[in-house]
Amino acid sequence: MKFALLTCASAALLLSGCADRSKVKPPLAAKAYGTQIVEQSGGKQTTSVGAKLSDPVVVQVNGSDGNAVVGARVTFRGDGVAFTPAQVLTDDSGQASTIAQLGTIPGGYTIVAETPKSGGGSSSVSVRETALGYQEKVGKQVSDKYCIMCHDPESTTERVSNFDNLAPPQPHLFSDGSVLNSISDADLTRIIADGGTALGKSPQTPAYRGTLTPAEIKAVVAYIRAIADPPFQHP
Amino acid sequence: MSEQSLPRRLWQFFLGTPARRFAYVSILLAIVASIAPVKDLFSEWRRYQRQYLRMIAQRPDAARLQHRFQGGIQQIWIPEQHVVDRCPTCHVAMQESNLSEWRTQPFRPHPQMPHSLTEFGCVMCHNGQGAATTVQEAHYSTKAWEQPILPGRYLESSCGQCHMDPLEGTPQLNLGRRLLARYGCAHCHAITQPDGTLIKPIDEPPSLEHVAEKTSREWIFAWLKNPQAYAVSSTMPNFHFNDQEAADISNFLFAQSTASENSRMPASLSVPLPSETVAASDGPGLYGALFCASCHATQNSRGNLMGGELAPEITRVGSKVKPDWLRRWLRAPQGYDPKTRMPRYRYDDKQVALLAAFLLSKKDDDFLANVHLGHSDPESVARGKKLTSDYGCAACHRINGVTPPEGFAPDLSRVGSKPLFQVGFLRGMPETLPDYISGKIRDPRAFGPALKMPSFMLTDQQVEGLTTALLAQTDRAVTMPPELVRSTPHAQYHPGGDAGRLMEDLRCQSCHTINGNGGDMAPDLSMEGSAVQRAWLLDFMKNPDTLRPALIRRMPKFNLSAAEIQNLSDYILTAYQGAGFDSEALDRGALNVEAAARGRELFYSKYACQACHIADYKKDKGYVGPALADVGDRLSAVWIYKWLKNPAALVPGTTMPNPRLSEPEARDLTAFLVTLKARKKGAGQ
Repeated sequence: MKFALLTCASAALLLSGCADRSKVKPPLAAKAYGTQIVEQSGGKQTTSVGAKLSDPVVVQVNGSDGNAVVGARVTFRGDGVAFTPAQVLTDDSGQASTIAQLGTIPGGYTIVAETPKSGGGSSSVSVRETALGYQEKVGKQVSDKYCIMCHDPESTTERVSNFDNLAPPQPHLFSDGSVLNSISDADLTRIIADGGTALGKSPQTPAYRGTLTPAEIKAVVAYIRAIADPPFQHP
Repeated sequence: MSEQSLPRRLWQFFLGTPARRFAYVSILLAIVASIAPVKDLFSEWRRYQRQYLRMIAQRPDAARLQHRFQGGIQQIWIPEQHVVDRCPTCHVAMQESNLSEWRTQPFRPHPQMPHSLTEFGCVMCHNGQGAATTVQEAHYSTKAWEQPILPGRYLESSCGQCHMDPLEGTPQLNLGRRLLARYGCAHCHAITQPDGTLIKPIDEPPSLEHVAEKTSREWIFAWLKNPQAYAVSSTMPNFHFNDQEAADISNFLFAQSTASENSRMPASLSVPLPSETVAASDGPGLYGALFCASCHATQNSRGNLMGGELAPEITRVGSKVKPDWLRRWLRAPQGYDPKTRMPRYRYDDKQVALLAAFLLSKKDDDFLANVHLGHSDPESVARGKKLTSDYGCAACHRINGVTPPEGFAPDLSRVGSKPLFQVGFLRGMPETLPDYISGKIRDPRAFGPALKMPSFMLTDQQVEGLTTALLAQTDRAVTMPPELVRSTPHAQYHPGGDAGRLMEDLRCQSCHTINGNGGDMAPDLSMEGSAVQRAWLLDFMKNPDTLRPALIRRMPKFNLSAAEIQNLSDYILTAYQGAGFDSEALDRGALNVEAAARGRELFYSKYACQACHIADYKKDKGYVGPALADVGDRLSAVWIYKWLKNPAALVPGTTMPNPRLSEPEARDLTAFLVTLKARKKGAGQ
């Protein structure tokens, strides 16, 4: 009897050593509760695989009266995404912000920010971010050099957009999934390689067959797919 | 019969007789001998291979995948590279591009990349222990193996082990390499690249040999305390000097300062200084018209920097410089600092007066508001001199009486392979090399109060870039066989003769590359003589403006004399000729009116060139490429023709796509373009 007890006790002692306590983090105690959570900024960013997003993801918690709630607990989660911090209380302006580091697989990541409601249940909002792999990064470089001055209507201090100087039909933003998602990879490749006229579209898109390698054209297509909004679904 | 004890009974049962002894010892041996094969049978890699076979069994292309699958330990062996990588043992689907939707490891196919997997293996890029066949040993540091898998966000560093020139797929590495040169890291740290060359700093810190002529002790003090408070974009780091130290150094720098060549120049000007109201209205216009902002940036009211980064930011320059020094500098920068990149503009007295008054009005009174220094004394100067040599100031700046230190900071040529046992990690930081390097760049003094490395004001993105560039400095990179290293050798071309001296005076190569040497802000001039027409070039030297109106940085106006323009143009037209531009390259007879009409049709309809170029200011709006409304005055017909045939052959890396014209099309378009002349607007209609 004594022996059995001793065995049980030592077994329990041994097993307790196996428990991993490092990952158990007590949840932050919420000081207040809101009814609604909204995105403030930091959605639709693009970064390299495994890298942090340059801007923080910021959400705001509002109460039933529509005013910001201070001290509400916001939890960030997302498959493959690491957050610093993953849990945060809203600040004086009712906002919670976190730095997200995307996973190592290229493509879209969904970040969900959730806050508990006072009567139980919770309110959540999700934002999408994009991680570019090697191929998509090459595509972005090529696009920034050859395409963006016509395909992006925004000018920067380094680049004046040519968008408004073009005759109709005007170019599509590369992120415009509502149009570009319906064009197959083969057709996109043809437009880039042989110009708009290859598909009976505007000759204002020149042919890049003599300028870009097939790998670079493939990379541009991969980039267009990666930043598509709404997201591109592979057929 | 006596009661036998339990051990005794067991002994009797198992080993009581020789036969039993033999039997049980044999069984025991068999068990011991089978441990290794059984362990192997249940090894991780067999489990993954079995899992993979189960996963492909349901697929329609199962037969093909099963046929391609090879069981057992798989390895990539490249003896000359010392590569023995067994990664494909678990990463079985690495080469199966059909499975690209599989995202879980170890079954994810390798993404597309420029090298084949069997060319360099895995560890060359990813680090880790190639010969290992367990997850733990292959990916993480063990006592016997210190190189864990390189985190994905630093992967570009591996490309940098062979590739010296910027690659399209490695923006982070390219940024880091540029920052290593731009932030002057290489002044103190020797960094030998795989091609055997040292990283060369491009920041060109100013000489301090005559600093007392230029500024005040108070300004040096405030600058040393916080360089970014004066100029946010400054690459000068913060040494965290206390007030006493900063005062001592500024006293010493003043004491060592000697008279520059410029001090003999009369500071007064033949025209009276304009009143402040004149400067306020004309100064900004002149500053803009002279394109100072091509190189110098200023901060606007919203805090954004506007302008180039080739030269110092001048947002608060009025709080820094002495008026006499500024006027002399605007006339002859090289008389103060012979090594400056600033050209000697031929400004007239009025321009100097206006520019100086405008720049002096760019003041920030808060910057020096609380600086009150006592009298300088010899003890303070001596302390300042000691600090100056202790902190290696002369590694960057030229200072009288202080010799530039050699090897002031550790050599970083192999920092990407630094053994972890040599690294002193901070408490609580992840003990990996990338974390150490980025931590050290972010806050060097955190690693010890006695360390001398100053703090640089860097964004997270810049720190990641620098870390990537430093991680490329591995043992492997240094010992890479030369035939694997990809780099463009740096040329040391300088033009000679009278024209060469003039071009040196104008610092043409600060912005233009000629024959492989020079800056990258402006076009390469190596073939300029084949490209442009003489009359246009003479005119352009007088008024170098409207060539590319969409560009923010443009060629400044030098106020050259007629003789200088002649001299320079003759030199450019004769010395900078490309091959194959003789008259035989193009049959001028084909450039007739009919051809021009056909070319016009091609320009506007088939190739829609007007999307990017302006041929006629009245109707075209394209602003990506240069305006072509007077291209018939500007470029030679042969250049236009050869350019249309293959733009990248004349200007590598141009954004102009190769339109792949047929021979007659190229001739017709050339015929149309040569008719576009400024004097005959709308020619070719």
